[in-house]
Amino acid sequence: MNKIHVTTNINGDPVEYLCEPQETLLDVLRNNLQLTGAKEGCGSGDCGACSVTLNGRLVCSCLVLAAEAEGQEVTTVEGMADGDKLHILQKKILEHAALQCGICIPGILVASKALLEKHPDPSEEQARYWLAGNLCRCTGYDKIINAVMDAAAEMRGA
Amino acid sequence: MRFEAPKTTELAVALLAQETGTARVLAGGTDLLVQMKMDMITPDLVVDIKHIDGMHDITPEDGGFRIGAAVSGAALGEHAGVCALWPGVVEALELIGSTQVQGRATMAGNLCNASPAGDSVPAMAAAGAVARIAGPDGTRDCPVADVPVGPGKTSLAKGEFITSILLPSRPDNASDAYLRFIPRTEMDIAVASAGVSLEFDAAGTCTAAAVILGAVGPTILTADASCLVGTKLEDAALEKLAACCSATATPIDDKRGTTEFRKDVVGVLAKRAAKIAQTRAGAKS
Repeated sequence: MNKIHVTTNINGDPVEYLCEPQETLLDVLRNNLQLTGAKEGCGSGDCGACSVTLNGRLVCSCLVLAAEAEGQEVTTVEGMADGDKLHILQKKILEHAALQCGICIPGILVASKALLEKHPDPSEEQARYWLAGNLCRCTGYDKIINAVMDAAAEMRGA
Repeated sequence: MRFEAPKTTELAVALLAQETGTARVLAGGTDLLVQMKMDMITPDLVVDIKHIDGMHDITPEDGGFRIGAAVSGAALGEHAGVCALWPGVVEALELIGSTQVQGRATMAGNLCNASPAGDSVPAMAAAGAVARIAGPDGTRDCPVADVPVGPGKTSLAKGEFITSILLPSRPDNASDAYLRFIPRTEMDIAVASAGVSLEFDAAGTCTAAAVILGAVGPTILTADASCLVGTKLEDAALEKLAACCSATATPIDDKRGTTEFRKDVVGVLAKRAAKIAQTRAGAKS
């Protein structure tokens, strides 16, 4: 089978890869590009562990074909920190101890960043609804929401 | 499987028409990819229509809006003009899935997935929305209500695909609403639903009403809403509407809801949606 040659942009860097037509963006991120931050939880768009942005829109990378990324802009959790300097959301997740097993956290971070870019001053309800597509089976969500609300406040002040 | 991303409608039609195996159109992929992963379908050809001009556009047309087939729920919800003119359609589309799903899911995809429980379909049908369909014989317009013909089945012929959906103009003192019942507050499939679009005169008397039911039959069902016309949606008129909706519904019994419950609740939803549409229309009650 002929592989598809894709030229795209990931976290601001030009990237090329070869993929099978049925491979997902998540498959290629993890298996070809070693960007293993995005996780495969359900593989059917229910859990949000594979969240990335595609042209600025929050999406599940398990529901995007790798070939679709041609000429598009993708961001992943690997693009959040500035070198060794963590993004405020990353710091707040640590400060609030808002993770246990951690599998959901890359998706939560990408989704929260998208939330705060669109709604810098979200209500708690708004944050909970926005993150309803990011399942966490450890924390019970309260610490995650506290961390996101705290990060939002700090980012507005900064 | 082959993957193609043609730049024109004509090329997309030719690809779809010439494929001898199973061909599928890819817009948002939130149904298609799930079905592929579950081995419900194994397409020989997937045609990504997102590189065709106009697919991402929302264009004013004759007082309404033409919505490109690849416009996501997130993009539609950010469009102030569409939100003002057809709030019921926007709220219906935005009920589908998570923020992530909203980033990709489209009205045209929801329509072509042809699930009886598709949330945007009753709202679009109540709005009198019209799908523009490209195919080997050219372009045709088809009322949204005539696209789904059964669970997972549409009236589209081989080689045809929806390029846009027109949400028409509407008079002043008119609005719409969509409500569904699900067992929780977010991210679930409708057990029963109702899309309602109403027009009123200056005195607040209803002059036109469309009520479309979802998830209570093999396709969306049209309820006779003539009992609302000539009224100000007084309790008696709303009770008649609810009874009519319950009588129209032909739901199945399944784990998500019994036949009896669905028939009852679809009437309640229609009543409540009608009141919301009335308030949105600014009609005097």
